[in-house]
Amino acid sequence: MLVKRDLRLAVRQGGALGTALGFYMIVVTLLPLGIGADLKLLSRIAPGVLWIALLLSALLSLPRVFASDYEDGSLDILATGALPLELVAAAKALAHWISTGVPLALLAPVLGILLNLEIGAYPVLVATMLIGTPAVSFIGAVGAALTLKAHRGGLLIALLVLPLYVPTLVFGMAAIGALLGPGGVTSPFLILTAISLFAVILGPIAAAAALRLQMQ
Amino acid sequence: MQLTAENLVLSRGGRTIIDGLSFRLQAGEALVLTGANGSGKTTLLRALAGFLTPASGVIRIADAADEREIAELIHFVGHLDGLKTHLTVAENLAFWAAFLDGSDSHDSAAEVAAALERFALSGLADIPAGYLSAGQKRRLALARLAAAPRPLWLLDEPTASLDAAAAAVLVDCIDAHVRDGGLAVVATHMPVPLARAQEIRLGLAEDAA
Repeated sequence: MLVKRDLRLAVRQGGALGTALGFYMIVVTLLPLGIGADLKLLSRIAPGVLWIALLLSALLSLPRVFASDYEDGSLDILATGALPLELVAAAKALAHWISTGVPLALLAPVLGILLNLEIGAYPVLVATMLIGTPAVSFIGAVGAALTLKAHRGGLLIALLVLPLYVPTLVFGMAAIGALLGPGGVTSPFLILTAISLFAVILGPIAAAAALRLQMQ
Repeated sequence: MQLTAENLVLSRGGRTIIDGLSFRLQAGEALVLTGANGSGKTTLLRALAGFLTPASGVIRIADAADEREIAELIHFVGHLDGLKTHLTVAENLAFWAAFLDGSDSHDSAAEVAAALERFALSGLADIPAGYLSAGQKRRLALARLAAAPRPLWLLDEPTASLDAAAAAVLVDCIDAHVRDGGLAVVATHMPVPLARAQEIRLGLAEDAA
């Protein structure tokens, strides 16, 4: 129910998704212009560029996960619901993933063409992104909750959560690397899944604790 | 159901705002909090709602028949209305009614319509809440009280920006709620003519620091 409301708000407001997708597109488009048209080099760095640009794009909309509810007083009322605050935080992180993580992951192969990414890598790239982005949303929700009252919280969120995205990035890249080089795709893929599951469970608990502090 | 506070000490930013407050509120009673700006009305309401941890003292909400958490027994209407400007009036209220009710299966459409009617918002049901005036937004926030039944109402300046007619509707609403065995704690500057109401005047606590 809460997820439905947040998604409906995301659609009506429109801004957040458009900004994230636009930012993603522009960053990835600028890169070949900056590096030059060396196709071999581009295709080698393509997965990394797509992943890092995705993390940065997802960061753009993170501050809004709780801030709009905090500003208009909805958060107080959400805290008095039958739903524990942990599940409220989980629902909002899930809505963020559906409205930001999934569209970004689906846009990645389109941008992969610009970077001369090997065709064979597309399914694995999208799969790693779909598996990895829940961690981005759920860890990001903790950062969003912690920086709720901070002015210009966006930058602070980046400092807080980007280091925590390292495992997701490393194993996302490892899965793609394994496909292009020697080694199996399965094990990095499973570790990536584990990281996301870990984030999905612990993220809301940490975020709810942070929200309770912020509401004092 | 009964609400008790014993030797409640509340502080904000290192300053003690409320020092040693005790009161007891029985089912079917209202409590009116008055006091100057900064005397701790909002702080006390937030503590009663469970958002703010008291520095010392206890708040007890006892109900023999009800095992639910404090959070599920209260309505909190604060200074902010908790409305989404992009959703319509009816959508806003329907969401809160369903959320506060906590069950997906329950069809609250009739209650939502009745609550809108009560606060004279029926004609505005399909308008995005962003276009409402301050008083209309306040009425929509208060319509939550009627849309989802809960025993303890915590109202912070509920009459702010309401016109005389809407304020009268609100007073009727609180009176009816209290008559039905509910509890209400109302912080206000305006005289709120409630039947069966205790009053606590909060003084500005002397700054100890």
